[in-house]
Amino acid sequence: MSEAFPGPHGGPATGHVPVLRLGEVLLVTLQGDLYDSTAQQLQQDLAETISRSGATGVIIDISGVEIVDSFLGRVLAEIAGQTELLAARTVVVGMRPAVAITLVELGLTLPGVHTALSTEVAMALLTEHAPSSRYGGLRRESL
Amino acid sequence: MAGSPTHEVRDFLRRRREQIAQRWADEPLFRAVFTVSRDEAVEAGKAVVDALAQVADAGRVEDPDAAGFTAVREQLARMGAARSRAGLSTAQVSSELATLRPPVENLLLSDLQEATDTHVRDCVTTLSVLMGTLRVVVMQTALSEGQALIDRQRLQLLEVATPVIKLWDGIVAVPLIGTLDSARSQVVMETLLESIVEQQARYAILDITGVPTVDSLVAQHLMKTVAAARLMGAECIVSGIRPAIAQTMVHLGLDLGTVVTRSSLADALGYVLHQLGVGIVTPGANGTVTR
Repeated sequence: MSEAFPGPHGGPATGHVPVLRLGEVLLVTLQGDLYDSTAQQLQQDLAETISRSGATGVIIDISGVEIVDSFLGRVLAEIAGQTELLAARTVVVGMRPAVAITLVELGLTLPGVHTALSTEVAMALLTEHAPSSRYGGLRRESL
Repeated sequence: MAGSPTHEVRDFLRRRREQIAQRWADEPLFRAVFTVSRDEAVEAGKAVVDALAQVADAGRVEDPDAAGFTAVREQLARMGAARSRAGLSTAQVSSELATLRPPVENLLLSDLQEATDTHVRDCVTTLSVLMGTLRVVVMQTALSEGQALIDRQRLQLLEVATPVIKLWDGIVAVPLIGTLDSARSQVVMETLLESIVEQQARYAILDITGVPTVDSLVAQHLMKTVAAARLMGAECIVSGIRPAIAQTMVHLGLDLGTVVTRSSLADALGYVLHQLGVGIVTPGANGTVTR
């Protein structure tokens, strides 16, 4: 965490975050420092993977991330938005208290993003409310 | 003959140390503080006279922070505190301190019978200033004692007033008591979020029964806490909004947005249990079950 985040086009160019497929759900685990370019690459990868595989949910585990800046906050919101357009749902999992406080202080409450405390809960949410039973609806507050 | 008025006063204080201390020991201030023995009062008086002489020696008669006072500061604070405990107001303690001046002044005048009028006046003025400074020192110590007490209690309040209670598996509650300012709401937010992680709580209830008033600032703090909890994957319910407060909030145009609110903690718990699919049944006397 000693280094500053490079600009959107700075940093190593080959930063691919692995996207794991578990049935209908895609699982992404973010760890430690996340460069802006890596986050953008992930956004692109996710969009392509969802449209190719027809996944109905995306779980982004950020329990290993200690710093979320406004850029990453926006990327998360955008991922949620594009996933929604592709008929899937995004659940952000395991946000640390300090990160949550920072985001709220920055005014980023990520209104369109679903959240869960653990991947287990997130899996349950996504499988319970698969798009076929869409009318049941996943809890989704906007603040 | 004599040097500057300051040095004259210093020499006088050193010369008459014993007599001044004896006379002060008869004043109500010393009598009330040192009730056990008169000797103790005299000793305390001597210490104060020594301090005054040292301050005069340094030529800093108007400076309450002068090094000379350091030695007696604690003793003066004890005396001030003892009088405050006896129910005296700060002003009364101050006027008791003022009674220490006339005996010293009389002694000084009797010592200066030979001197010129101007010199006498200068010396008396210097002594008055010195005694005034002594009063300031005592008041200062009394005030800083009070400030230290307030600081200590504020810290205690921060620690005491924000317990997070586990109500059920996956449900935590924070009963908020007292006025919510920025510092306190920050502590509340942090402890609540920490315990959400610790207990893996999917629901958190913020009970504001004990909050006397809700203004826009408090509402904003509540909203922030709710938003942060949601980001972590927990839902917040605000309970305990009293009718008067609900009215005020509507009058002020405060909007809690989509935050779930319930009038009492019991209602909030009921709502959360229902969300979790937990039912509570009360077995009736004749074996029937009421829900």
